[in-house]
Amino acid sequence: MPRIVFIEPDGKRREIQAPLGVTLMEVARQNNIRGVVAQCGGACACATCHVYIGASGLPKLEPREEMEEGMLELAWEPRGNSRLSCQIHISADLDGLEVTVPAHQRLA
Amino acid sequence: MTSTIVIVGAGQAGAQAVDTLRREGFAGRLVLIGDEPELPYQRPPLSKKYLAGELAVDRLPFRHRSFYDEHRVELKLGVRAERLDPRTHRVALAGGEELTYDRLLLCLGAEARRLACPGVELGGVHYLRGIADVAAIQAKTKPGARVVIIGGGYIGLETAATCRKLGCEVTVLEMADRVMNRVVAPSVSQFFSQEHRAHGVNLICDARVVGLEGRESVQRVLCADGNHHQTDLLIVGVGCVATTRLASDAGVACDNGILVDEYCRTSDAAIFAAGDCTNHPSPHFGRRIRLESVDNAFEQAKTAALNMLDRNVAHDRVPWFWSDQFDNKLLIIGLSQGHDRTVVRGDPATRSFSVCYLQDGELLALEAVNHSKDYMAARKVISERVRLDPAKLADPSVALKDAV
Repeated sequence: MPRIVFIEPDGKRREIQAPLGVTLMEVARQNNIRGVVAQCGGACACATCHVYIGASGLPKLEPREEMEEGMLELAWEPRGNSRLSCQIHISADLDGLEVTVPAHQRLA
Repeated sequence: MTSTIVIVGAGQAGAQAVDTLRREGFAGRLVLIGDEPELPYQRPPLSKKYLAGELAVDRLPFRHRSFYDEHRVELKLGVRAERLDPRTHRVALAGGEELTYDRLLLCLGAEARRLACPGVELGGVHYLRGIADVAAIQAKTKPGARVVIIGGGYIGLETAATCRKLGCEVTVLEMADRVMNRVVAPSVSQFFSQEHRAHGVNLICDARVVGLEGRESVQRVLCADGNHHQTDLLIVGVGCVATTRLASDAGVACDNGILVDEYCRTSDAAIFAAGDCTNHPSPHFGRRIRLESVDNAFEQAKTAALNMLDRNVAHDRVPWFWSDQFDNKLLIIGLSQGHDRTVVRGDPATRSFSVCYLQDGELLALEAVNHSKDYMAARKVISERVRLDPAKLADPSVALKDAV
């Protein structure tokens, strides 16, 4: 199982062994990662599972689709490495992925 | 000092309240009662990916069982709360157990409105509300099965789309002259009607169902115009009613939902309520509302949990909703009631557009079809009560937030 490193809003690092096939959002929620709200449960409808992806992990991800792009534009402090974690599927090559949770999941 | 909190209802709201209570430091006894046997789970996928077989059942729960153990939550699942005595602070469960609370949170949810016509007592009349309902439906969604769906609202249309995906022959019978007529603009209804028809759904509006026929199980649905529809699987999606019996039987004030104030307090000082079962004030819209909404369940539960800990937090949210049908996403923010004008942004033929509802220049609500950007901008514009210029708004090349 790939190892994912979450950095919670207060800076706390948590290493999680993530099962394959689920989404990054589900891994965060099932492990009670602070700051990943994920209200809509993965429908790309709420932008409350916004995270920042560590630089080395970015090239391994499928690019954002248009819906995700639109949701992120007005999320809290979007950056170039912003993603909705519900749109990222866990695969073996994501081992070591670093994921930082923003301070808020409310709107900009 | 509150030592025991009992939550009745283990859906979105109940699960969220547990989370907030422990996160905010509640250290007392915490009991969560649910009448379904499963761990608290997400309902939205039931008519979509879960019915389609694209999401395994173990991905529906919000949290694993270990979360509840670690947070010392006593789960009482598959047990119905039968009686509430506000005088003695007791909840009686099926099977005889009684629980005494210091504070009680009712997250009773909503239940599918039942069809009323001759023949409803026949077998094979399905509703779609819980995991068990889906299991019963899935047993019949074989390729080629003739599925009749009564009701062209969210549940009916999402289920129709999923059943088409599974290879069923699908007929949708909608009573009104257009689908989703209570929740979206005519142009959005028209767009989704076209999508369904293009995918082979036999969509019939102005259809008044007058009876069901069959030997033991439903085989035919009869309509007022004399047509009848043969069916192997009948699904009814004609709306929801708030679940209130436990509260109303106990004398807690109810009127189209359990009446709460913006602090989620009911008419009884020790009893709070949150989610679909409540009728609550919306400070933003200046009237009382009842919502069937994940966001509302989530946010009201959070507010109720904080107020059970005496934090004095008011609930004031602009509601939002979504629906997935085929590869289209409908996102709705706000409530359109009271609008004096609508503006359409973009061309429905491009399969990405939005409908804005204005009242005296203020955006009340927006429906976005495959247009997350307008939807997100509208969330901000509506909550901040920004006044918009309808002429600029009608120009989709102007960003919604700049249409001032």
